[in-house]
Amino acid sequence: MANPALTEAVYYILLSLMEPMHGYGIMQNVEQLSNGRVKLAAGTLYGAINTLLEKGWIDAVSGENFSDKGFSRDKGNRKKEYVITEHGKAMLHSEIARLNELIENGNRILKMEVEYEKSDS
Amino acid sequence: MRKVIHKWFWVWDFEKEEKWLNEMAAKGLVLVAVGWCRFEFEDCVPGEYKIRLDFLENKCARVENEKYIAFLEETGAEQVGMMSRWIYFRKKVSGDNFQLFSDNNSRVHYLTRIIRFVALLSGLNLYFGCYNMFMFFQIRNYSYINLLGIVNLLLAVIGGWGVFRISRKRKKLKAEQQIFE
Repeated sequence: MANPALTEAVYYILLSLMEPMHGYGIMQNVEQLSNGRVKLAAGTLYGAINTLLEKGWIDAVSGENFSDKGFSRDKGNRKKEYVITEHGKAMLHSEIARLNELIENGNRILKMEVEYEKSDS
Repeated sequence: MRKVIHKWFWVWDFEKEEKWLNEMAAKGLVLVAVGWCRFEFEDCVPGEYKIRLDFLENKCARVENEKYIAFLEETGAEQVGMMSRWIYFRKKVSGDNFQLFSDNNSRVHYLTRIIRFVALLSGLNLYFGCYNMFMFFQIRNYSYINLLGIVNLLLAVIGGWGVFRISRKRKKLKAEQQIFE
């Protein structure tokens, strides 16, 4: 079976992570990519990142001095960066194919309708 | 100057509470600390801050919670207090709005966390309420401790009402989810 649709948030998170980025960077990048239309909230992003990590679609790359075992209270060491995996890239490609199908069908059928209306008048 | 206000909110009134805190911030009083029915404010530039509430999944998962709070603080939010599992954030906003959840799914999950906790408390109160009343009437152990069963039962009813109210909110959100993301 084809993969189910990705949420808008997941789609844009995966796209952003074609290069390593930390959480706040993702939020800013997604807003910029969508011309301010998609504003990811931090709590939602956190949940999505954890799910994507579990699924293996993205990886955490240890930032400067960040160790998962000893969570440091030092603010400077906190920032964790994430990057897309091969599995994540494959999911992006199949999603783009799905979106293309939606757009092509939409355009084709709506165009037909316009032509019907023209021939009616 | 610090200002302390004591105010009671029912467990299902968290949206009202958040709204009230934001109205205070809009008037120039921003939240700096919370306690049991107690809110502490400081002067701020009116409209400078936005307040948001969140509910932790598991209070005991200290490392997990610290990671979550650290993540939110990286994005400019500032934790001002914690009460039970409720956690209060504020953020300086310049035009943009401060939200913790931006899709239906995470909002539903937020309500689910609250419902589970209230249902658990309510269930425990129901159990101890019935047990205490049984001790009082059947075993004829007329101690005041057993009469406390009335309080337990009352709390169980209030909790049950809370679960009902919040579940209704969640149902509305879920209905929307069938059409929109």
